[in-house]
Amino acid sequence: MAATDTPDRTRRLGHLGLAPYVLLLPSLVFLAVFFARPMVDAFTLAFEDPSGGFGLEPIRQMMADSRFGEALRTTLILLVAIVPVQFVLAMSMALVINAKLKGQSVWLYIYAIPLAVSELAAGIIWLSIFTQRGWLNSWLIQTGLLEQPFDFLGYQNRGWLIAAIVLAEAWRATSIIMIILVAGLQSIPSDYLEAAEIYGANLWKRIRYVILPMLRPSLQVALILRTVLALQVFAIVIALAGASMTVLSAEAYKWQVTYRGPNVAAAYAGLILLLSSSAAALFLWLLPASPRSGRGALNRAARPEPEREEVSR
Amino acid sequence: MTHLSTSAPPGVRRWRGLAAALAGALLLAACGGGSTADLEPDELAGEADADEDADEGDGDATAGAGGDLDLTLLSTQLRPVEEAEAVRNVVLADFPGTVEFIGEDDGPFVDRILAEAEAGSGSVDVIGALHGDFGTFAAEDVLMDLSDLLEELSADREFPDSLVELTRFGTDAVYYIPWVQATYAMVASTEAIEYLPDGADLQALTYDELLEWARVLEEETGAPQFGLPAGEDGLLHRFFQGFLYPAFTGGLNTTFTSDAAVEGWSWLQDVWEHTNPQSTTYGFMQEPLLSGEVMVAWDHTARLIGALEERPDDFVAFPSPVGPEGLAFMPVVGGLGIPATSPDPEGARQLIEYLTRPDVAALTLRETAFFPGTGDELPDDLEGGVGALAEVVAAQQDSPDALPSLLPIGLGDQGGAYNKVFQDSFRAIILQGSDPAGVLESEAANLQSVLDAAGAACWEPDPDTGDVCQVG
Repeated sequence: MAATDTPDRTRRLGHLGLAPYVLLLPSLVFLAVFFARPMVDAFTLAFEDPSGGFGLEPIRQMMADSRFGEALRTTLILLVAIVPVQFVLAMSMALVINAKLKGQSVWLYIYAIPLAVSELAAGIIWLSIFTQRGWLNSWLIQTGLLEQPFDFLGYQNRGWLIAAIVLAEAWRATSIIMIILVAGLQSIPSDYLEAAEIYGANLWKRIRYVILPMLRPSLQVALILRTVLALQVFAIVIALAGASMTVLSAEAYKWQVTYRGPNVAAAYAGLILLLSSSAAALFLWLLPASPRSGRGALNRAARPEPEREEVSR
Repeated sequence: MTHLSTSAPPGVRRWRGLAAALAGALLLAACGGGSTADLEPDELAGEADADEDADEGDGDATAGAGGDLDLTLLSTQLRPVEEAEAVRNVVLADFPGTVEFIGEDDGPFVDRILAEAEAGSGSVDVIGALHGDFGTFAAEDVLMDLSDLLEELSADREFPDSLVELTRFGTDAVYYIPWVQATYAMVASTEAIEYLPDGADLQALTYDELLEWARVLEEETGAPQFGLPAGEDGLLHRFFQGFLYPAFTGGLNTTFTSDAAVEGWSWLQDVWEHTNPQSTTYGFMQEPLLSGEVMVAWDHTARLIGALEERPDDFVAFPSPVGPEGLAFMPVVGGLGIPATSPDPEGARQLIEYLTRPDVAALTLRETAFFPGTGDELPDDLEGGVGALAEVVAAQQDSPDALPSLLPIGLGDQGGAYNKVFQDSFRAIILQGSDPAGVLESEAANLQSVLDAAGAACWEPDPDTGDVCQVG
């Protein structure tokens, strides 16, 4: 099928001439002006000595800062804790929605509510739950499980603090992953799943051998997006942890706005970009869109033969 | 409109004396600290705008043509949502025109004003900021000279001479009009009073007695009841700069690593044992006081007033503690200036005239707990919270042990980095349990770098040597 499509497509594109490139131009200009240029500027700032020449002073200053180690450590811990939790949750929610149960759209609306809540608002909502006089402590005391309020957000209860941030962030940002996965699920032709069912595949086998492989492009996009967002976690940490905990993005902000150190702020921003890019590259490598050709997510979805063979055994 | 009265309650009436004392302290520091005296931003608030009411005849005259005034007031003060809303909806409500009140972080605030000056065209009509911010702008010569406006306003307002002197930054010009003043104090729930240590006087509590009080409170109630604003947007660094350090060492930068400083930090380590650990999330202490999470707290008056206003019978205000060197406290002064690029300088002057009217200043005080920048007497009908704070502020400044300590002066854009030294010291010594002497030794180098970068001379309570302040 692909062999017959290719010449047609080439002929059609040939008729278009330069039109596709012209149409791409505005977005390219936009990206160059508002993304590439600031990025280059940020990197330049991060390698600028106090005298104005090239140097590593901002990097040294960032790494020598007493909060750098904690910020990096906390960011990575949050990343490792948030991403898996969100994926399990998002996958479950997406499967529920895709199961075509009664009231499917109601579930979708309920799950999508946090999409409308800003990061800071989400942090404040969860603060009202976890604070000493918050809902959780009140409930635990009312039910007799606690005699005194427990300090979930105290700096000395780091585990609880991280758990609270992970919960809040999972609540806030799982929906966006869910939406991507629902879109991916709905693009899987139903006859594949029906065929798997006919061959006797149970739910787990259908997930393992049909859904997940065909969902790989969506998973890749969602993972990259989620990781980038996790590296940018900021307002929720500020709201819930206050000065008890810091993350890279918070330090970048403080160096830019509060300490008036744009070079060090740029160094922090550069580090966040480096981590984001590395994570994206890792996911592209771990989850190639097509296991056979490595080209294009849609091609992968169109060639599910290996999974069918597996299922038929 | 509220009229000022000559029969105010004794505590409230003392405001005039208070203002004079505060002004005297500032002048003293200004004289000793060089002509570029500069208070760093913290929290003053400004507000207001012109009221056209009939009992201010001159107001009518100046603002009469200004019904279609459309001004922008950019302020580093009164940024918290509640304060900003009070400014917009109450203080500015009677101004004959539209005022867009914008609260801005210190860094972007300075950048914006300087950038507008550089561009030669601006959108900000009036700026509300602390003395320190104006020092930066005065040095860059981006503000209008308000000498004539000050003279005009002085006809019916009593600006303390010492404050007026500060606004000149050693020149003949007047760079801003004094607008608001504030300081820090303590508040406790009335239930906590019964646990005061024997013989302790709430009006002259020592640091040792406060420690003992916090200990007993935890022992008796089963939970730590002392609270400090150690959150991201809390002002705990001011506690170090204006209270703990001066009270224990008699200085600040020059005594940064001294034995007395170590003693002060050790006191904080001790009291932290009985401090609600959730303090690291507290920005404003009025909320944890009202929610019952803490029973005793220290904070800026504007960040305590909510508790005193909402439940006046449940809370009492009292002065900051007395240390070995005296009752250290930090007065805060803010003003209103007009950028040289103001789109409507005449409207801006009307706005400043409005904001500094005694009745508008009184309104500001009621709404935000920021005291007037003029020396005018306070109204006699101040309600519980503000009246209580006025008495505390007076007691703090009238104390024979009073040791006024100014906000950092002459730091320019290094203010945030300066605060970071104290915040980082707190994290290391208190939250991470490091040895105070070692931490102070290493942070001293950072402190000196900041002072060197700013070229700042010492300010009160450190002795000024006329050169860049040297960390001791």
